[in-house]
Amino acid sequence: MIKLTVNGAARSFDGDPDMPLLWYLRDELGLTGTKFGCGVSLCGACTIHLGGAATRACITPISAAADQEVVTIEGLSPDGNHPVQVAWRDLNVAQCGYCQCGQIMQAAALLKDTPKPSDQDIDDTMSGNICRCGTYPRIRAAIHQAAGQTAPAGKGERL
Amino acid sequence: MIHDAQLMAELAAQPTAKPVLANVSRRGILGGAGALVLALSLRDARADEGQTAEQKAQKFGADGMPHGWRDDPKIFVSIAPDGTVTVTNHRSDMGQGVRTSVALTVADELEADWPKVKVVQAWGDEERFGNQDTDGSRSLRHFFQHFRHAGAAARLMLIEAAAKQWGVPASEVTASNHTLTHAKSKRSLGYGAVAQAASELPVPTNVTLKNPKDFRYIGIGKIGPIDNFDITTGRAVYGLDTKLDGMLYAVVARPAVYGGKVKSFDDSEAKKVAGVVKIFKIDGGEIPSEFMPLGGVAVVAKNTWAALKARDALKITWDDGPNAGYDTDVFRKELEAAARKPGKVVRNQGDVDGAMAKAKTKVEAEYFVPHLVQAPMEPPAAVARVKDGFCEAWACTQGPQAANDRLMKALKLPDDKVKVNVTLLGGGFGRKSKPDYVVEAALCSQAVDGAPVKLAWTREDDIHHGYYHTISVEHLEAGLDEKGMPVAWLHRSVAPTIGSIFAPDPKHELPFELGMGLVNTPFNLPNARMENPEAAAHVRIGWFRSVSNIPHAFAIQSFVSELAHAAGRDPKEYLLDLIGPARKIDPTSIGDVWNHGEDPKLYPIDTGRLRGVIEAVAKGAGWGREMPKGRGLGIAGHYSFVTYTAVAAEVEVDDKGQVKVHAIDIAVDCGPQVNPERIRSQMEGAVVMGMGLALTSEITFKQGRAQQNNFDGYEIIRIDAAPKVVRVHLVPTGSYDGPLGGVGEPGVPPVAPAIANAVFAATGRRVRQLPIRDQLSV
Repeated sequence: MIKLTVNGAARSFDGDPDMPLLWYLRDELGLTGTKFGCGVSLCGACTIHLGGAATRACITPISAAADQEVVTIEGLSPDGNHPVQVAWRDLNVAQCGYCQCGQIMQAAALLKDTPKPSDQDIDDTMSGNICRCGTYPRIRAAIHQAAGQTAPAGKGERL
Repeated sequence: MIHDAQLMAELAAQPTAKPVLANVSRRGILGGAGALVLALSLRDARADEGQTAEQKAQKFGADGMPHGWRDDPKIFVSIAPDGTVTVTNHRSDMGQGVRTSVALTVADELEADWPKVKVVQAWGDEERFGNQDTDGSRSLRHFFQHFRHAGAAARLMLIEAAAKQWGVPASEVTASNHTLTHAKSKRSLGYGAVAQAASELPVPTNVTLKNPKDFRYIGIGKIGPIDNFDITTGRAVYGLDTKLDGMLYAVVARPAVYGGKVKSFDDSEAKKVAGVVKIFKIDGGEIPSEFMPLGGVAVVAKNTWAALKARDALKITWDDGPNAGYDTDVFRKELEAAARKPGKVVRNQGDVDGAMAKAKTKVEAEYFVPHLVQAPMEPPAAVARVKDGFCEAWACTQGPQAANDRLMKALKLPDDKVKVNVTLLGGGFGRKSKPDYVVEAALCSQAVDGAPVKLAWTREDDIHHGYYHTISVEHLEAGLDEKGMPVAWLHRSVAPTIGSIFAPDPKHELPFELGMGLVNTPFNLPNARMENPEAAAHVRIGWFRSVSNIPHAFAIQSFVSELAHAAGRDPKEYLLDLIGPARKIDPTSIGDVWNHGEDPKLYPIDTGRLRGVIEAVAKGAGWGREMPKGRGLGIAGHYSFVTYTAVAAEVEVDDKGQVKVHAIDIAVDCGPQVNPERIRSQMEGAVVMGMGLALTSEITFKQGRAQQNNFDGYEIIRIDAAPKVVRVHLVPTGSYDGPLGGVGEPGVPPVAPAIANAVFAATGRRVRQLPIRDQLSV
């Protein structure tokens, strides 16, 4: 029996300990905000916070989450108003939106560790998260906005 | 992107015939209400001027699509007693923002207050809603005016109902911002108060649309995506997110080679995986497989993980079939050989051979674009329940009616026993126009006695079993005069056709592929010939955002830059000279019988608008400025989906030959703009997708098998490679009562040639094959 906490609620699981956290969250708990994109940690669509750190749920067996705290997009903020979520809406970042939960979870972790990220910090941290719609310029701008920074020169021309 | 199968099959059988759009069902037009008659008569009066009887019989735009259009407010608009307006959107939203654009269009004509507007998604039912094929950059182009009508008619019905309640003439009642007012008696009512009464009135026949100067939402660009909150909080429901009680989960092992079949399989190990419910064979049928499943072995389990584990444990013996030898390196040589010999003439103007012989200089070049796969972030996915002779599906599909029809075929059910619900799409890009995966889900549900089943495709499934962008060689020759301008132009395009998924072994591009920037090259050319030599298909070929415009624009816009170099001239000035003065070209006069399905009278090719977008990006990028060593500016313009786009790219090539795109200017002239905010986002996204196919993305085949597996081998652009500066220039033209252009796709084609031209400017090295990847490091 694996015990863990998901978005503040205690959970237990007695199935296959190798099951990736992704499928546990989606199929067993119905938390479908955590997305499948590649299954092998190449796209970041499944990014969650495990013990506070941005983690790819698709390659993390549920056994690795035992006795730990998992936060998904559904639990990032009680009212959906985490500064990153607000910035994402202000700048209308999303197109199809499918990857954006993972992007937001990754960006939230970035800002926790690096409250005022540079463009290079953003490149380094966010380049594991693919957006096929190509919303990268707005993702960059939204992270700067959420950090309370004005976007560096060049960003304003677009919006 | 036409994808009615019967139409495609007819086209494939008769590739030189005019599109058979006139044969398409007209039920759509006959089923509507009075307001629609008015709109139809306006449209016909405008379109009929100076046309032959044959042309009059041909239907264009939404009229030419299966099931046409509707504008009945009773289908699309409902208003609750509390005033909440619910707009039904029948077009699939894959990120282009159509749910928002449709809703804001209706809301504007309805004089609704935006925060009180909701949108619901229509299920697949073209008899009821009109055409639902969401591709070809057509949604607003075909339905904007009809949604305006629906909103305006609903507004008049509210006015009428309020007037009746107050016992005053309707002409004295106004509707504004969700409020009905009778100024004389200083009375007012909310929309909800008369909604019920209004809904019982007949739909008015004489509908006056708002004056565009009074628009509150259309063309303003202040409204964000209507699903913004749900998307950013994980509540938005995509195809893979549907959850039903008692639902099972499935994956399918498909043949690695197109046309392959299961010879035998051993599932003894797979059955041992805990949670496995059923393993069974899906028959794939004969190729071409059209939109139907490829076949294989399906695994249904209690969760996705169990299904995946069991699939891995299957031992399947395959008969690879006729495409087992497909090797893209070898095939490319076949395409090149075909491109170097005369082929079927698809446009012929003047005397190319004579002029070529007399030309002062001759320039020749060949361009290659490989297979690509759409790779939407959400792979194909669907939930289906086939129970008690009824099939209900929930799918991320661009074509719910197409899915409905294939489910009827696969399950042998009548139309009224099938229903396809449309979720949000986690990207589409053409892949989700083909509903093979929806049929797979239904077959799985059928196999487990009607339990609902969620069918998932992994990324490997998506990359290995795609409907790939074609593979092509474009061969261009030009004879130049003493000023360096072409007196002769020869373009041979060789590429397997999308028609090959519908009909056995067609060898030529179809009119819609030829009309994506090949025959309709709008240059001022005294002698021009376009040819289309034969090519066979060995994989499923499908639409990829902007389709054949990709190879055509890459080749033509690169070649123009090469000619400019040969002539010793500035590439932008040379391109403008080649386009020639502003004029309107009848596309049928240059061999384009398709014209994106639009009336050539309403949609001539306007070279002035093409010039305009090129000038816009040149200005935006500071064309002509001095560039540091290793940096260059490149430019390209293109006409597609009856829209004009241009790109100027600023790139740097480092001493290791790596290309960095620093800045992109992209200009679009799509006629009247419904939602400028989403037009910008579509252009920004098109830049990134265009960069991917220019720089990194490629699918290759050996022994009939795709050689890439996931996002490691099939590389697409990540944030670190995205340009820090993307400037979108919206070039406004046209009145809101006039024709609209497409938006979703036209941004893509000019990106790759602009980058290749910038690489040349930076290094003097000409890239003639995509992706560029490490070509410059040797």
